[in-house]
Amino acid sequence: MNEFYYFIREILLPSLFEGTLVTIKLIIFSIPLGLILGVLIAVGRVYGNRIISFLCAVYVIFFRGTPLLVQLFILYYGLPSVGIFFSPFVAAVIGFILCSCAYHSEYIRGAIQSIKSGQMMAAEALGMSRVQAILYIILPQALRRAIPGCSNEIIYLVKYSSLAFMVTCVELTGAGKIIATRYFKYTEVFLVVGIIYLLMVSVVTKFLDMLEKKLEIPGLG
Amino acid sequence: MVENFLMIFQALPYLLRGSLVTIGLVGGALFLGFIMGIPMAVGQVYGNKLIANLIFFYVWFFRGLPVLVLLFLFYFGLFSLMGLNLPAFTSAILVLGLRSAAYQSQIFRGSIQSLGEGQMLAARSLGMSKIQAIWNIILPQALRISIPGWSNEYSIILKDSAVSYAIGVMELLTRANFISTRTYKPMPVFLTCALIFLLLTYGGVKVLNLLEKKVRIPGYAYGRREI
Amino acid sequence: MQKGIDKVVVLEVEDIHKKYRGQDILKGISFKVRKGETKVIIGPSGTGKSTLLRCINQLTIPDKGRIWLEGEEVIHTKKNINQFRQKMGMVFQDFNLFDHLTALGNVEIGLTRVKRMDKDEARQKAIEELKKVGLEEQANLYPAQLSGGQKQRVSIARALAMDPKVMLFDEPTSALDPELIGEVLEVIKNLAIQGMTMILVTHEMGFARSVANEIIFMEDGKILESGPPYQLFNNPKYERTKRFLKKITELYGE
Ligand SMILES: Nc1ncnc2c1ncn2[C@@H]1O[C@H](COP(=O)(O)OP(=O)(O)O)[C@@H](O)[C@H]1O
Ligand SMILES: [Mg+2]
Repeated sequence: MNEFYYFIREILLPSLFEGTLVTIKLIIFSIPLGLILGVLIAVGRVYGNRIISFLCAVYVIFFRGTPLLVQLFILYYGLPSVGIFFSPFVAAVIGFILCSCAYHSEYIRGAIQSIKSGQMMAAEALGMSRVQAILYIILPQALRRAIPGCSNEIIYLVKYSSLAFMVTCVELTGAGKIIATRYFKYTEVFLVVGIIYLLMVSVVTKFLDMLEKKLEIPGLG
Repeated sequence: MVENFLMIFQALPYLLRGSLVTIGLVGGALFLGFIMGIPMAVGQVYGNKLIANLIFFYVWFFRGLPVLVLLFLFYFGLFSLMGLNLPAFTSAILVLGLRSAAYQSQIFRGSIQSLGEGQMLAARSLGMSKIQAIWNIILPQALRISIPGWSNEYSIILKDSAVSYAIGVMELLTRANFISTRTYKPMPVFLTCALIFLLLTYGGVKVLNLLEKKVRIPGYAYGRREI
Repeated sequence: MQKGIDKVVVLEVEDIHKKYRGQDILKGISFKVRKGETKVIIGPSGTGKSTLLRCINQLTIPDKGRIWLEGEEVIHTKKNINQFRQKMGMVFQDFNLFDHLTALGNVEIGLTRVKRMDKDEARQKAIEELKKVGLEEQANLYPAQLSGGQKQRVSIARALAMDPKVMLFDEPTSALDPELIGEVLEVIKNLAIQGMTMILVTHEMGFARSVANEIIFMEDGKILESGPPYQLFNNPKYERTKRFLKKITELYGE
């Protein structure tokens, strides 16, 4: 028992801590850019001309229709053959952004389309340009409505960040795998790794719920 | 360009056999998830507090962990701890299936709860037992309502199945990776792999849409589809 | 009600045509509105009254016809049209308040984002406008927290804040419960008294009679007849006008 305790405290937790930091970095870089791109794609699909709208649709179909892991392989193993090199961390972040923005965009697009056409008309009647109307009237409402869907997607991202290890970025899961293999303690290590993910998911969920409450407006949603 | 096509053409049978493995993974996992998910949903809605709480914990655990971590935990750890010496393919089906059960149970639970209490009360008033009512009245309706959510679950499992690359299951991505390291032409190989996944995703969703049309009951309101 | 009518033409509409899906909705509408005048447009539903109002501020682009605002032709180019729309306030049947903004926010946003007024100044002015429609107490409530009548008053304040040259009202009381109609009509009546130039589509005949300088009866995409209220109500030229007025009075009362 003492030996086990020693293993957890002196070996496992320190290296999992390092891995967790990498995971947190992966997530923190990916979320905001994923959301911003998601908004752009959604706006492009709803308000863009035929070509832009089509391109956005093709993008979404590709990234939602293929596994994130395949996308990561293309970024990390495929692109170097055409002269584009990324570090494992950067490849993972780019992959997470490109993939999650496709999912975000669908929630946001749905939200935009659920807003009554009168809102746009009233904005234009005040003399707003299309862009102003989208920026000041449509998006503030649509983004609030998209929060539950996008929150869900962000929580998925927390879990799928583990795939970064498949392109050799040693994050939490990777750190666990290395220790587990070296000490041959798979069950213990991955249970602890799992608990850390559960904690991260709980914290992020709590945070997003709070954000949703904070941004809540009577009658919207 | 031409040689790329030639290479893909030669590799295609090998890749397609991989997609059969992928389809096997998805089919097995969806089936396991289905036969576990239904009793779990029923248990959560109609079971006593202890059962409902146990199922809640199960769902919380399997939905809160990354699929890769679950795969490592079970394949390298728990299965051998239980004395099982399972091949990678079977392990992947079990893990994907156990996890899918967590998700599917919540799809079915949502459908059951959306029916309202009236259906159960009406069935009981006819003299049906609780189990008869669930079997004859609740589930036939709940399952129909669940199809859109279920077809979403199909596309999620399909994409997640690629993770079984991590334990060496010879599915589509593993084979693509294998060819790519041999031919040094990763780009065309992985793009072809992506394309096959794309076809499987949208093809499968299409089939499930047809199924939904077929079992549709006139005047019934259905949920919204995600993909 | 009689008021001094200035000679200046604020808005001129000439031969407006509009088709939807190959079907003629507006078939050549022309009229002039002078400063301080209130024109009331009446007519059966589906006749194209809303379409006409939307054509005037180019929310719908007419297929043919010209519009002048204070002598300047209203042309639909990206840059110009927003200038013109600022000068034409519009009030919709179903309010179209911006749901994510408070009453005050709704009135402010045109000032800060379109007129680029500075924040404090815009707030001052927005509060003034809300006072005019009797809603300063409700300034911080969201649309969902307001009654229908209050919503419509906010939407009038929102349009007025832009200092428009002309106000366009599209059935401003049709979506309201009967007991809430009065408060909105009161606000519009006050505007008329203060000399606002207005075009008002309504089914409230009693109200039309009391505020209109001229009533325009539209039917089937055309102006069938127009004239001062007493003439249209007491002595209409066409049987169809008479029938419509009779029916509408039965439906809505005086
Ligand atoms: N955006 C549109 N697209 C197609 N048809 C329209 C549109 N707007 C109005 N219409 C049609 O034009 C006709 C006139 O509508 P409208 O101007 O709303 O009439 P009113 O306001 O007099 O009731 C109706 O038949 C309506 O169906
Ligand atoms: Mg109308």
